[in-house]
Amino acid sequence: MKYMDEYRDRDLVARVCDEIDRVSKGQPVKIMEVCGGHTHVIFKYGLEDVLPPNIEMVHGPGCPVCVLPMGRIDDAMALAQTPGVIFTTFADMMRVPGSQQSLIDIKAQGADVRFVYSPLDALKIAQQNSERQVIFFAIGFDTTTPSTAVTIARAQALGVHNFKVFTNHVMLIPALQALLDSPELDISGFLAPGHVSMVIGMNPYRFIAQTYEKPVVVAGFEPLDVLQSVLMVVRQLSQDIRQVENQYSRVVSPEGNMLAQQMIAKTMEPREEFEWRGLGTIPHSALRLRPEYAAFDAEAHFAIPGRHVPDHPACQCGSVLRGRIKPWECGVFGTACTPEKPIGTCMVSAEGACAAYYNYGRYSMAREREQLVHPLVKGDE
Amino acid sequence: MCLAIPGQIVELESENSAKLDVTGVRRMVDVSLLSQQGIQVVPGDWVVIHVGFAMNKINDQEAQNMLHELKSLGSTSLDDELALWDVPSPNFEGRKES
Ligand code: SF4
Repeated sequence: MKYMDEYRDRDLVARVCDEIDRVSKGQPVKIMEVCGGHTHVIFKYGLEDVLPPNIEMVHGPGCPVCVLPMGRIDDAMALAQTPGVIFTTFADMMRVPGSQQSLIDIKAQGADVRFVYSPLDALKIAQQNSERQVIFFAIGFDTTTPSTAVTIARAQALGVHNFKVFTNHVMLIPALQALLDSPELDISGFLAPGHVSMVIGMNPYRFIAQTYEKPVVVAGFEPLDVLQSVLMVVRQLSQDIRQVENQYSRVVSPEGNMLAQQMIAKTMEPREEFEWRGLGTIPHSALRLRPEYAAFDAEAHFAIPGRHVPDHPACQCGSVLRGRIKPWECGVFGTACTPEKPIGTCMVSAEGACAAYYNYGRYSMAREREQLVHPLVKGDE
Repeated sequence: MCLAIPGQIVELESENSAKLDVTGVRRMVDVSLLSQQGIQVVPGDWVVIHVGFAMNKINDQEAQNMLHELKSLGSTSLDDELALWDVPSPNFEGRKES
């Protein structure tokens, strides 16, 4: 029970977990938290150990670094090595392995790769280096896309024509749709990501409740937020209700940030399809620049290899992401596949499911849990 | 990069940008996604910041909750994010992953 000490309100945690236990009546429930931020909180606080054993958390595809196929990283590397180019990216991308090297490797070999905190900083670098082409490696889910959209619109307004964007923005909703359509899926309900929802609002999730008849709760990032959201999912299941609820109304409004949505729609359009590492090709799941903004599109200006690098044959990330297996059930987990040398997407960033299990040593605990029925929070009362 | 953090508006520089403070660290942040749709921000207001953009207004209590939560998640979140605020230096030597 050491994790309990870290909660701010132990009593409340115990009461929420008791209530989850009472309402779920021992029925097995698998809830997918889609967001890497939630995955982090769940592991950090050992929430899987305080939840009743019939409640299982499945860690979904909500880490944009993890889902980007290796071929796109190789493409980024080719752009960064183009003579005269300044290549800018978020710090998280510097160490992500491509098929041969990472951005930090080619930087050490002399490529001008710089990391930035914001796409606006990349635009500033372009203004300061008007004789060179400055490319921004744009990645991220719906939370991050509006910042790229505003930056492109500003580049156009300011006439900064040496600024280019290599767009890899992906959309959460089509990925969820693909998961829901997968016959392999074994999930009873979803915790939807708080920050993505801050942009897109609640409406885009409605089809999950209406068509696929699964509860959705938009959840905040404190341990209690996650537990309360689990309780809300379990209540819907027990009362046979399917709807989209907002546990995080302190930050998420039902309509989202409408200007952010408009800026995305103004500057970008869906690609016919996009490959996700571990999930395969998903239609209309990523964005590219609209033709009106071609002047800022790296894909329109530079030759991009576009080489497809298949997922490793031993990789079972797809099954992990669909809730079919736990990370430690993958044959290469912790042996051939580690955060230092990842084979699959879920090990690539700290927010991926396999890396989280690996880093927090949870897999050994989870194995134990399967053998003895955990005493749960009640032991603390 | 996925992280969103709370920040308090110190002063408005223009309609689109404002100086924000997060635990004593300050930076210019773009507030156009609020101001351009008629959501007023004034010094003292708290907003959620993501990659240099204010995405939403929040109340004081929520801002304090978020800060507390980020701090308790450890140095990999808030401190690392704030360290990125000074980044414009092109010399990224890299840090060992913690
Ligand atoms: S252990 Fe590695 S290869 Fe196996 S599922 Fe996890 S990330 Fe994929």
